[in-house]
Amino acid sequence: MNKKTLMFFRMVAASFIRRRSRMLIALFAVIIGATILSGLVMIYYDVPRQMSTQFRSYGANLILTPSEEESISSEELEKSISLIPENELEGYTPYRYENSKIHNMPVTFAGIDFESVTKTSPYWHISGEMPQNDGEALVGAKVAEKLGLKTGESVSAENSFEITPDTDISLIPEYEIFEDPETGEKHCDHSLDISITGILETGGSEEEYIYVTYKDVEYLSLTKRGYDIVEVSAAAMQDTLKSYTKRISDDVEGVSARLVKRVTASESTVLDKLQSLVFIVTAVVLVLTMICVATTMTAVITERRKEIGLRKSLGAYNSDIIVEFMCEGLFLGGAGGILGSVLGYVFAQLVSMNVFSTSITFRPLLIPITIAASVLVTGLACLIPIRSAVDVDPALVLKGE
Amino acid sequence: MSLLELKNVSKIYGELNALDNVSLKIDKGEWLAIMGPSGSGKSTMMNIIGCLDKPSKGQVLFDGKDISKESRRKLTEFHRDKIGLVFQQFHLINYLNAVENVMVAQYYHSMPDEKEALEALERVGLKERAKHLPSQLSGGEQQRVCIARALINSPELILADEPTGNLDEANENIVLDIFKRLHKEGTSLIVVTHDPEVGEEAQRIVRLEHGHISSDIRNEKFSEG
Repeated sequence: MNKKTLMFFRMVAASFIRRRSRMLIALFAVIIGATILSGLVMIYYDVPRQMSTQFRSYGANLILTPSEEESISSEELEKSISLIPENELEGYTPYRYENSKIHNMPVTFAGIDFESVTKTSPYWHISGEMPQNDGEALVGAKVAEKLGLKTGESVSAENSFEITPDTDISLIPEYEIFEDPETGEKHCDHSLDISITGILETGGSEEEYIYVTYKDVEYLSLTKRGYDIVEVSAAAMQDTLKSYTKRISDDVEGVSARLVKRVTASESTVLDKLQSLVFIVTAVVLVLTMICVATTMTAVITERRKEIGLRKSLGAYNSDIIVEFMCEGLFLGGAGGILGSVLGYVFAQLVSMNVFSTSITFRPLLIPITIAASVLVTGLACLIPIRSAVDVDPALVLKGE
Repeated sequence: MSLLELKNVSKIYGELNALDNVSLKIDKGEWLAIMGPSGSGKSTMMNIIGCLDKPSKGQVLFDGKDISKESRRKLTEFHRDKIGLVFQQFHLINYLNAVENVMVAQYYHSMPDEKEALEALERVGLKERAKHLPSQLSGGEQQRVCIARALINSPELILADEPTGNLDEANENIVLDIFKRLHKEGTSLIVVTHDPEVGEEAQRIVRLEHGHISSDIRNEKFSEG
């Protein structure tokens, strides 16, 4: 590095170090701008992911049903679920329905996993407790009203079967089986005792069922089989979900997948609007930031008009002045961009934690983009006041006019 | 041979003739004082001589070369190479220390050299204050840094605008002593001043009034010498 270049950096360094209060004001303006820019862009790109997670509280957005067979086997279910990326899968709940009678009134039982159903149907409102064990039941509000059932009560569900070669007699206690002496046919009067731990209120069709474990449904029906329907909740947008339904329907024989359009379409609409809003806010803030940075840089450069006049009187060309002052401006832009991209992440994280209650995904690509944008904005902001400052007549400035 | 010659130079601002058909010759090694009341055209003449402004009419010859029609860029190169400026308000860059302020003039002229800059400060008796910022220097010291900066590129002409205007008597004497020494060493000096005491130190005193040269006299002190 020759002596001239060294002197150049010595002057720039002195300007930063010995005029630090002024430079800090300018740097502060650039940092604020870069922080807001990178923070909002980070939020803009993270909104879909954040909102997808939020929308999962509205329930499942994907339904699997048997396409050919009567039910979906465990193997088919496992294969279908494996086609959805693990990081997007919020949960899934297979349902198996069986009819039975309580107090001689027909009712439909649904066998579910009470733990997984909290993920696919987080909106369920339960008066009482969620069942934990076999023999416990959650009763839909409509069924409870119709049969006069209450939390804490025990009831018997009864089924009468003709025993055929298909019947799994290993499930039936011997005392329930009797033979018709005339025809020789075997029958069984089968019952399941359940205790009601809670009443389910959703305002929807879910209130028309009694929910028990798979084992209880199997015992009640005396039949081993797969599931009638599977509700899946995945944190993905409509188009992605569509690709999953296609892949499952194509790849897994016996399973048909479809979207819950009511949920996915409204998610898409809300998300588009939200992203547009964040985009507009980002654009407005960017413009305001540019004005703020430009105003600060104009003030910083205007107060150095005398120095510019002096440099010209010492033999500096206009191009020398532009290079020197632009270099300071661009350095400010770069430093502000680096700090701003770090603070922007913190800002986005705070917003995300407060609004969505989840952390934001860090996007490394935003660091160079923020630095480049910051350098560009600061450069543009400096260019106008520098251009006007170099036109100053050194004779006038040095006379103090 | 004359170092500088103004030939029928006028400077017109709108309807005002700041300089009106002025002709003046300055020899190499000469110490000239330009005096006159406010508005007499002193600053205008200094700006034209210092290549910071161009005349509306007439010629400015430096070493016999007409520079009055040169482009801004050529004029910048010219005054950078030939002229050292000393200002009433010193005009030091406030965030550079004394030696760096001197080196700025080298930076735009040729190549900065801290050793040479320190030598220039030594000539004005300020070597020990080289690392001080302007705010840490007295007015007299700041003016001496300004003179060191004007000297650093060995100009053919030192052009000083009210160099003692902001100084007390003690510092005024220090600055005048420096000018005397420079004059003795053969440097050409043009000093614009209100102060008769400063003017009387010059070899030749030119008085301006309403844009005209009203008198141009040789200092008897030098004639006697």
